[in-house]
Amino acid sequence: MPDAPQTTYRPGQAHFFADLDQTPLLGAVDAPDETSAPTSLWKDAWLQMRSRPLFWVSAVLIVLVIMVAVFPQLFSRTDPSFCDLSRSVGDPRAGHWFGFDFQGCDVYARVIYGARASVSVGVLTTIGVTILGVLIGSAAGYYGKWFDIVLSRVTDIFFAVPLLLAAILVMSVFSTHRTVVLVAIVLAVFGWPQIARITRGAVLSVKNNEFVTAAQSLGISKPGILMRHIIPNAMAPVIATATVSLGVFIVAEATLSFLGVGLPASVVSWGGDISRAQSVIRTAPQLLLYPGGALGLTVLSFIMMGDVVRDALDPKARTR
Amino acid sequence: MAWYAARRLLQMIPVFIGATLLIYAMVFLLPADPIAALGGDRGLPPAVADQLRAQYHLNQPFIVQYGFYLKGLLTGNLGTSFTQRPVADMLAQAFPTTLKLASMTLVIEAVAGIGVGLWAGIRKGGIFDATFLVISLILIAVPIFVIGFAGQVLFGVKLGWVPPTVGANVNFKTLLLPAFVLATASFAYILRLTRTTVVENRNADHVRTATAKGLKPGRVISVHVLRNSLIPVVTYLGTDVGALLGGAVVTEGIFNIPGVGNLLFTAIKRHEAPTIVSVTVFLVMVYLISNLIVDLLYAVLDPRIRYA
Repeated sequence: MPDAPQTTYRPGQAHFFADLDQTPLLGAVDAPDETSAPTSLWKDAWLQMRSRPLFWVSAVLIVLVIMVAVFPQLFSRTDPSFCDLSRSVGDPRAGHWFGFDFQGCDVYARVIYGARASVSVGVLTTIGVTILGVLIGSAAGYYGKWFDIVLSRVTDIFFAVPLLLAAILVMSVFSTHRTVVLVAIVLAVFGWPQIARITRGAVLSVKNNEFVTAAQSLGISKPGILMRHIIPNAMAPVIATATVSLGVFIVAEATLSFLGVGLPASVVSWGGDISRAQSVIRTAPQLLLYPGGALGLTVLSFIMMGDVVRDALDPKARTR
Repeated sequence: MAWYAARRLLQMIPVFIGATLLIYAMVFLLPADPIAALGGDRGLPPAVADQLRAQYHLNQPFIVQYGFYLKGLLTGNLGTSFTQRPVADMLAQAFPTTLKLASMTLVIEAVAGIGVGLWAGIRKGGIFDATFLVISLILIAVPIFVIGFAGQVLFGVKLGWVPPTVGANVNFKTLLLPAFVLATASFAYILRLTRTTVVENRNADHVRTATAKGLKPGRVISVHVLRNSLIPVVTYLGTDVGALLGGAVVTEGIFNIPGVGNLLFTAIKRHEAPTIVSVTVFLVMVYLISNLIVDLLYAVLDPRIRYA
């Protein structure tokens, strides 16, 4: 059999080419190979993603940031909270590449150790909003009727209150016990409406499919259908949005810490360091740029990844 | 259309009541006693504390307190702060500043975003397109306070083009830098939105027809491509108006602008519960109304959309 001229990969349609001599008149017969396995949405998305350089750039950055967040001691041997006022705003020297901040702490070590707070708030909040949003959105979309009316209004109410404002309000009440988990909970409680709206829309478009009717006729309970058949098929837009919002929540945490209502000074965080760089910004702007740059790069990698994931999971957008 | 607007206004009522209840509960329910926190370490004299409690109905059940607040709100009374200043006065003082800043920001982000997005969409895949796609990603990723500080140091201190902070003299020149800083992220979003829809519309049938019947390229772009591409952009601008009028807490803080965002943040720091509630409720109202206006604008931009 000669090599098939496969220029583009069509999922689920591996083509069969007959030998030339079997079909003298036509030259070749091109027909879908019925025996090829159907490609799932996820495999298709993966094949589409891995061909894009942007995916690999953001994936490498995200893996790097997560490595730094989990094992900061691999990247810096300096203690970020060991500060010596005699080297306040000191210039870079061997072993201290980024110099020292106002308190005389090593800036490089603080940038490295600051990753943990940002990444954990981002990840925890995203998990929180996804659980809340998917539960509320899918219940509203699937059960419909008054359930939908009530839940959609509740979503509207939370949507109308600005995220950052609500977070500042609640965080300012907790003057003690400000921890990563508390910040994540507060952000999640006010951040879920977007995911809920998207889930509701996706569930509405999925729930009238034949396989749902088939599952109903097999006697599967309503929650069973929702959990096993509808939610898995409605997850694609949710995952794309959640990836982007991970970056958004990292910025929100940094903003809270910057305003002095986020993580306390005892926790090494980029937002807090940027806030403290404020006082010496005219003489030492580099103190702003290192944590600011690290924060920007982290958020950028999640936003780029979200873009790639959305393109891969949304075939309509892909044709452009 | 009027019918649709009326129905939307009716739908806003439960959302408005729910949002005010949520905000009221967050402010008055969460801290154990807002009055006790007022006095600091020494505490208020019991007589003063009792009088304040009575004035704000804090000695009554929560739902009764909220009822009194809602009643005041419906009669146009936004309440008074713990320092006995009417909240409406404070808002009236701060809002014009925020309005100026918001309108400047809106003009900058809309003109620059639509302009650059249109050009990038027409020349898709070119060097201009690629450059601005990268720039827009960076502008979205870098938090506003980093951009704000960098701009303040560069243009305000090092180059001295504009005053680094605003303070009491609010005018076009002092607000220019804050407006640009505030516009950066939205500029990037508008650019990307415009570019995507322009690319989509550029190959649409009606555009090909317009070109084929011999219209000048400028007219094809401005009438047939741009007008159809503006619908998602207008949606975005509408939500952004709501956010901008809410006062940019961070930007107003960095540049020391006496706007709504600053008023709110100061009130939060001082635990001024009545001020916080009323200003936030005002913001929610602005947000809901700007959303309604956007929905009504759709019909102007896209005649296919009919409101029944």
